[in-house]
Amino acid sequence: MGETILEVKGLQTHFFTDDGEIPAVNKVDFHVDKGEVLGIVGESGSGKSVTSLSVMGLVPKPPGKIVGGEINFKDENLVNASEKRMRQIRGNEIAMIFQEPMTSLNPVFTIGNQLIEAIRLHNKWDKKKAKARAVEILKLVGLPRAEELIDEYPHQLSGGMRQRVMIAMAMACDPEVLIADEPTTALDVTIQAQILELMKDLNKNRGTAIMLITHDLGVVAEMCQRVAVMYSGNIVEEGTVKQIFKEPKHPYTVGLIKSVPDMTSKRERLYSIPGSVQKPGSIKVGCPFAPRCEHAFDRCVSETPALLEAGDEGQKVSCWLHHD
Amino acid sequence: MFSYTIRRILMLIPVLIGMTLIVFSLIRAIPGNPAQVILGQQASKEAVASLTKELGLDNPWYVQYFDYIKGILTGDLGTSLRTSSAISGEIWNYLAATIELSFVAMVIAVVIGVNAGIISAWFQNSWFDYLAMFIALVGVSMPIFWLGLMEQWGFSIELGWLPSTGREDVRNPIEAITNLYLIDTLIQGRFDQFVTAFKHLILPSIALGTIPMAIIARMTRSSMLEVMKSDYIRTARAKGQSMFLVVYKHSLKNAIIPVLTVIGLQSGLLLGGAILTETIFGWPGIGTYIYDAIGFRDYPVIQSGILVVATIFVFINLIVDLLYAAFDPRIKYN
Repeated sequence: MGETILEVKGLQTHFFTDDGEIPAVNKVDFHVDKGEVLGIVGESGSGKSVTSLSVMGLVPKPPGKIVGGEINFKDENLVNASEKRMRQIRGNEIAMIFQEPMTSLNPVFTIGNQLIEAIRLHNKWDKKKAKARAVEILKLVGLPRAEELIDEYPHQLSGGMRQRVMIAMAMACDPEVLIADEPTTALDVTIQAQILELMKDLNKNRGTAIMLITHDLGVVAEMCQRVAVMYSGNIVEEGTVKQIFKEPKHPYTVGLIKSVPDMTSKRERLYSIPGSVQKPGSIKVGCPFAPRCEHAFDRCVSETPALLEAGDEGQKVSCWLHHD
Repeated sequence: MFSYTIRRILMLIPVLIGMTLIVFSLIRAIPGNPAQVILGQQASKEAVASLTKELGLDNPWYVQYFDYIKGILTGDLGTSLRTSSAISGEIWNYLAATIELSFVAMVIAVVIGVNAGIISAWFQNSWFDYLAMFIALVGVSMPIFWLGLMEQWGFSIELGWLPSTGREDVRNPIEAITNLYLIDTLIQGRFDQFVTAFKHLILPSIALGTIPMAIIARMTRSSMLEVMKSDYIRTARAKGQSMFLVVYKHSLKNAIIPVLTVIGLQSGLLLGGAILTETIFGWPGIGTYIYDAIGFRDYPVIQSGILVVATIFVFINLIVDLLYAAFDPRIKYN
């Protein structure tokens, strides 16, 4: 195991709404090692995005608030960091790209303006040097005619190109951690493959650690070394890609993997996990997956399982089937 | 941008022609003989006949229209029946007074309105937001004449801080060059008179600017709230940009576009619709000019006044359209 660069411990991010307090992220633990790609998998509403926004300190406040836990980046707890310090970290040490390339760039500023802004926020360079760097980084992410692109507006670019620009912007200051929140979900399949390839290259050549948030298990298998599976604001299982795909332990992970279409299988109907995700916080005691779990027994509804090691090398699961 | 500008200017031509047609028909729409109506029932036949000839009403309508257009293009707007002087000579004096007043009123409205809207959106549901929006609501609902009278009562009569009427101190008149007194006094280096002219502007421009200010503040706030929820604002923050620049650079340039529409419409309305304010504050502007002309049935003046105000309105809209394109790169390509 490598050196840990980002460690999230007992993170609790709650939303305070008219319907009461909703624990969107409920005591989540995970860590990202230097230079690795960690996948965070889960259905919509499982708390993946809120987790990543919490790390960036960008949870919309109000109504959201980090109410507990630690986010340790290198030797610093970001939960207690000032807004000023967070601004130094954002885009410089931890960068983020988002799901919607079509709307993630400001429509009224040129690509160059937005890129140069990102560069100059964290480097005391003059405009000329920053512009040269912008062209360089656009080329690095595989965009053609970078010199002209700099003076164009986002609406003149396709979705795939915009996502490349977003990646260029995120990589502009050589961050140590890149958080990618469903970076390929809104793109065509062929473009998806290109974007994933690009991120893989950046990870390999620059050693940028990536926290990849996705609901696509194919992407996880392609990209990640380790995976954390989230369900209803909790991490229910964590392990290497091999462990998760070969020997999933949590019934939810088992269900997720079973629901991926298999080319060799003759089954006609796709498997789906019965029921739908519970609203976070609706289950106060017990395993949040228990109502949908076919293996659930008495203990599952009366006691909440913890994320503990089970089986071989570092695989962790929060399920009473695997704990005493 | 250049071809867009040319296209927009060319599009003005039919608008301006249509406008002159409407203004032209106005005087002709009076039932019976306009000359008789203007002069009243007691007027002699000779007087009516000579006025008919003077107004050119004895010619066929297309000749009249042609003469009218020719007059406009050569800067001849006709003669005032009341003062018997050329309208083109005196209309600027009134127009300048209105432009000065409307400009100051709009500057107040835009500077305060836009900033109040931005801060309200930035700190949504804060005490500032509630207070600003309460004031805006009061501002929108306030009758101008009441506000004007209250200002005069409070600041002129009770406190004696500011003059209640007029543009200048009659004992120390300002020498007119452009008739924009703020500029004239500066050209002449008369700072004492500049201060006087400015003091005269304060109360009427606040009265005139209150409603636009309130509308602009509310529009800016809702537009900013919309924009600040967008993905690209989150991107800007994820870059490490400060909240101030996220708001004043990334959000404002997007949010200002609907606000520009309101600013343009309100500026046009101020120029033509300042009659109430001008009357209350004895401001010798175009509103007063037209208002007095209506009282005297001075049709050539009414006609010219409406034409000038409508033309300004059209050009303000042109400027707003060009500003859209300057702020939003997507517009000229569509």
